[in-house]
Amino acid sequence: MSTGAVGRAYPRLEGREKVTGTARYAVEYPVDGITYGWAVPSAVVRGRITRVDTTQALASPGVLAVVHHGNAPRLAPGPEPELWLLQEPAVHYRGQYVAVVVATSLEAAREGARLVRIDYDAGPHSTVLTDDHPGLYQPDHVNPSYPTDTAEGDFDAGYAAAPVRVDVTYRTPAYHNNPMEPHATTAQWRDGRLLVHDSNQGATSVRATLAELFEVPPESVRVVAQHVGGGFGSKGYAKAAVVLTALAARHVDRPVKLALTRQQIFGPIGYRTPTIQRVRLAADADGRLTAICHDAISQTSTIREFAEQTAVYTRSMYAAPHRRTTHRLVRLDVPTPFWMRAPGECPGAYALESAMDELALAVGIDPVELRIRNDTEVDPDQGRPFTSRNLVACLREGAQRFGWTDRDPTPRARRDGRWLIGTGMAGSSYPARARPSSARATARPDGSFLVQINATDIGTGARTAIWQVAADALGVPPERVEIHIGDTALPTAPLAGGSMGTASWSWAVIRAAQTLREKLQDLPGGVPADDVSADADTTDEVGGQPTLPRYAYGAQFAEVRVDADTGEVRLNRMLGVFAAGRVVNPTTARSQLIGGMTMGLSMALHEEGLLDERYGDWVNHDLATYHITGCADVESVEAYWLDEHDDELNPAGVKGIGEIGIVGAAAAIANAVHHATGVRVRDLPIRLDKLVGTSSLA
Amino acid sequence: MRAFRYHRPADVADAVAVLAAEPQAAYLGGGTNLVDLMKLGVQRPDVLVDVTRLPLDTVEEAPDGGLRIGATVRNSDLAAHPTVRRDYPVLARALLAAASGQLRNMATTGGNLLQRTRCVYFQDTGKACNKREPGSGCAALHGQNRDLAVLDWSEQCVATHPSDLAVALTALDTVVEVHEPDGPRDVPITALYRSPGTHPERETTLARGTLITAVRLPPLPAARRSTYVKVRDRASFAFAVGSVAAVLDLDGDVVRDVRLAYGAVAHRPWRAYRAEEALRGRPFSPELAARAADAELAEARPLRHNGFKVPLTRAITVRALSELASS
Repeated sequence: MSTGAVGRAYPRLEGREKVTGTARYAVEYPVDGITYGWAVPSAVVRGRITRVDTTQALASPGVLAVVHHGNAPRLAPGPEPELWLLQEPAVHYRGQYVAVVVATSLEAAREGARLVRIDYDAGPHSTVLTDDHPGLYQPDHVNPSYPTDTAEGDFDAGYAAAPVRVDVTYRTPAYHNNPMEPHATTAQWRDGRLLVHDSNQGATSVRATLAELFEVPPESVRVVAQHVGGGFGSKGYAKAAVVLTALAARHVDRPVKLALTRQQIFGPIGYRTPTIQRVRLAADADGRLTAICHDAISQTSTIREFAEQTAVYTRSMYAAPHRRTTHRLVRLDVPTPFWMRAPGECPGAYALESAMDELALAVGIDPVELRIRNDTEVDPDQGRPFTSRNLVACLREGAQRFGWTDRDPTPRARRDGRWLIGTGMAGSSYPARARPSSARATARPDGSFLVQINATDIGTGARTAIWQVAADALGVPPERVEIHIGDTALPTAPLAGGSMGTASWSWAVIRAAQTLREKLQDLPGGVPADDVSADADTTDEVGGQPTLPRYAYGAQFAEVRVDADTGEVRLNRMLGVFAAGRVVNPTTARSQLIGGMTMGLSMALHEEGLLDERYGDWVNHDLATYHITGCADVESVEAYWLDEHDDELNPAGVKGIGEIGIVGAAAAIANAVHHATGVRVRDLPIRLDKLVGTSSLA
Repeated sequence: MRAFRYHRPADVADAVAVLAAEPQAAYLGGGTNLVDLMKLGVQRPDVLVDVTRLPLDTVEEAPDGGLRIGATVRNSDLAAHPTVRRDYPVLARALLAAASGQLRNMATTGGNLLQRTRCVYFQDTGKACNKREPGSGCAALHGQNRDLAVLDWSEQCVATHPSDLAVALTALDTVVEVHEPDGPRDVPITALYRSPGTHPERETTLARGTLITAVRLPPLPAARRSTYVKVRDRASFAFAVGSVAAVLDLDGDVVRDVRLAYGAVAHRPWRAYRAEEALRGRPFSPELAARAADAELAEARPLRHNGFKVPLTRAITVRALSELASS
């Protein structure tokens, strides 16, 4: 029985606390005897620390300690070498945290950090990704566990035989996650037990990592993440801040809070790897793809392999008899890249959906029609039917809503005064997955219910969505349900990431609610005299689910204007239509989708990590010099979704919406820029210097 | 950050005296630039002399028709001033094209003129910069220099001046009223800024401890037909990658007078005298404007990443003047 909370537009449960400033973030908890940590980044790229002189720092007023590899508490060497911090003199990349200064005030800690003198023995380094780097290699697999290369049919022969071919290479720069709240932690040790308030996307795994590193039982570690000011993937697992803070707190035997600065998060917290992507497409004269090849190059660090699945998008998106994908990596002296909203799919779709646009022009058919013509009901990669694939429906509805019909494909054919106008589109898809989770539902004597699960709300509205699902599963109005999340004291749950949070959490919550209702059935009036609880763990159920191709789909449309004199690109409007299963909360869902699309706009036109090879460092590491799309850049962005039912997903019927909004968005914009100007910029971002003075303009 | 003292001076003389006595003192205006640089360790004053309470916050119309703007008038107030909007639209537009609403509410007229370059190497104490640390070298010369100078740079420094307001004031032949340790003095804004040369750490011709007290706009009826065109990498809240302040006075279609200044191309706001010369006395046309810009930019020496600034500046010169000519 459903009371219909799912599908209704509830405001965020914690919205009032957030807008009135009472919602506490990681370093906002009042703690007696608190001290302040400040991270010290390495000044060299690769080498060894030969000396740490703390004399001046320790003499500075308020400074309590300088924690470094020479005096830091020991950590167990674990599977995450990036987190084995302050343990050894080796420096693996510039910006690696090599010390923490602890002081009685934030300002004193910052000044102390400036006064720490560190001598290095620095060696040569390599930090720039190139397509002919001598270190290119084939990783064993790509994230999370996909084959590195795939081949079906005979690409070379199929490509050579085709009447229409496109062979293009796209480049994307390093992109840096910039959540509003930086990576930040308050850590307290008491009687061998560790309590951290931490900004992360999944407290369960953070606890496990801390327990492993500090060699304490997981039960001795509690991680609280009530409110998290964004993550976009960069807080998916335990990161440096929480480890540094816990180390420092143990060293000074006092509670410590530490927040990384904006400058300090450019690199060491992970970033979207730069990519070099060659895409080759071949088609017959009607635009039916006969051969697809996507060769992706990206980077990793010397201390950990992070092999982004850039070309995986291409394996399942469009059908062709001859297909090939490859991934190559280079180990550079850089921080390890990490997740950024739709890692793999996002940059991969930029390349494939741009190449599809180039193919549409080469064949002479409409780009929407090209995608419809190459749709497939069977996953070309797995060879099995998709559980649901509404790409074509998204394309058609998007085209209709956007006003795509009768579009003149001729580049540089529309003008409004000094502005050249163009439209572009792209397809979009993202896997719909779920992970095992547990949850507890409790009925209380006053007729209310408590639902507990260590889910994380990183600003998405997850808390509210699970609450809605719980109410329907319990068969009561949501006002009677209380929900607790964001604490390892609650039943364990997977992270908020991979667009699988709501799917995973709601699954466990529904099962717990079902079990509870069975227990209550026998009670008179269904209300217990004392609390009655039911626990659920979906490990077996999720693990036993058949492996099927499950994907969300979308269609992205954009209209841009390009100043014919200056090359300035501005977005007139952007429109996306998505098929992502059941939408739990239209308000927060829309926010996720337009947020993803806006981030795609930012990727297409604005963001770029500029590396200076001499320093092995990104030189633009603040929000004044690393441009992120601002409100004035987003004149109109609209997101719609189809009513989609797919029984092969999960009990809530959701596909996840955190990431699909960004997939394809950059390609739609890049394709629109080409349509406006006739200039195909194949390296992002598309800034005015790549357009000004080109003969196609003016 | 370094501990510092805070001083609120009784009057201008007191402020100047503190600066004269304290070698590491600095004036605090809106703090929108200085406080950031203090956090970064780029500037490390030990005394902040807060001049925002001094009685320098009025805009007065001069009897001769000019305008005198106090040094602590906030950018947002100045942009909204009716006389500025009517008589000097170039100034209002330059102000409104800068920063964000919050920053404009804080930033002062005097502080805006003295803000520091946004060269990323200057702002990072881990990298070489002669302006920040004389003798350490210029990492930008062969580094990431897309945003930096194409005119008048030196091997020691390729930084640009970031202010939009200063570009507009440069076009208007503004006089800067300053109070030096020796007393008050007038400095034409075109003589306020220095080329980087071998001493890029010296950015102005002012003696240390000098306080800007006001800027004086001379009467310029032609400025009613003036504009500011700014090009930036996003639609708001970004420094210029190219900008032009322009005043155009036509007699029929003949250019009777013209004032042009460029932003984002040099260490100082760049008054385009050669372009003005090429325009004056000739019948206006977009082609003439383009030739004038070419005359000005003939000596441009683009760096590795900023060659686009030459055609860009040329394009916005043509745009600004053509718009004024047809208005």
